[in-house]
Amino acid sequence: MEFTEDQLQRYSRHIILPEVGGKGQKKILGAKVFIVGAGGLGCPVGYYLAAAGVGTIGMIDNDVVELSNLQRQIAHNTSRIGVPKVESVKTTFESLNPDVKVIALKEKITKDNIKDLIRDYDVVVDGSDNFPTRYLVNDACVMMRKPLVSGAILKFEGQVTTILPGEGHCYRCLFEEMPPAGLVPSCQEAGVIGAIPGVVGSLQAIEVFKLILGKGETLKNTLLIYDALRTTFRRVKVPKNPDCPVCGDKPTITELRDYDAGYCRI
Amino acid sequence: MEEDVRVDKKINIKGLVCPYTFVKSKLAVEDLEVGQVLEILLDSEEAARNIPKSMEDHGQKVLRLEKINETDWIIQVRKDKE
Repeated sequence: MEFTEDQLQRYSRHIILPEVGGKGQKKILGAKVFIVGAGGLGCPVGYYLAAAGVGTIGMIDNDVVELSNLQRQIAHNTSRIGVPKVESVKTTFESLNPDVKVIALKEKITKDNIKDLIRDYDVVVDGSDNFPTRYLVNDACVMMRKPLVSGAILKFEGQVTTILPGEGHCYRCLFEEMPPAGLVPSCQEAGVIGAIPGVVGSLQAIEVFKLILGKGETLKNTLLIYDALRTTFRRVKVPKNPDCPVCGDKPTITELRDYDAGYCRI
Repeated sequence: MEEDVRVDKKINIKGLVCPYTFVKSKLAVEDLEVGQVLEILLDSEEAARNIPKSMEDHGQKVLRLEKINETDWIIQVRKDKE
């Protein structure tokens, strides 16, 4: 495939990077990335992937745009209130870059559909806002050996980690079981500064690019914690747990199950 | 001995400005095999200064940089690194 003149201009700042070049840009154009959630994290992740020319972006979210989302969910806008979030991001991303195809899925991600949904993708990004989905996505990615870039945000804090099944840790090596619902912050406590998902989503997007390009070091076996109030980034080592119930030597979770709700959605 | 250099590919990037001068040159080098030589014809003084430096930064070997007339330069680059 040869670049068009428009593509040479659009991607010139990528092409002149030694780590990218024309070959790397072609990898980006051919890449398929699946993003869970079109909210605080999904918006900036998808925005940068679309701007960079990731050829296929799958996005799943069952919600519609609400006014209270717009303080942080930057791919939506005021005129789209009431529109499904995945339709909103599809419009934003495809008008940003015609090289990008967004597959918009307005549905819930479940134990029954997740494997088929992520099967054809190279990388999965978790931008979900609740523990049941986080564990479902982790377990499915481990079982299907899909690289997973996981992000989480709350208040003035964010976390990012990259899960490479078979090579490094998984989410359950870090936190084996979901926290009991009572320990999860209630909706009233769960504020977030709007730029936090921007920072965390950008870090996730960078992880995705490193995976696509095969360059640099990812957050494998590492949890990166961003504290915005103190302006610190902390790297915490997360070894792969040989007794992990899903990615360990003798896994006890070998099938996806319902990761029930009872949780307040943040 | 410059005349002895075997040029494998030539590009004409006259009229282009930075960064497209380097974008085109870099893509042309990517298409070469290691050891092959690219000859670039250009008319941007800034690019004549910057392309050789960027090529060396990327691990390639600049064999020749020459102003050939009032407006144009020739750069020859050997691909040393994939």
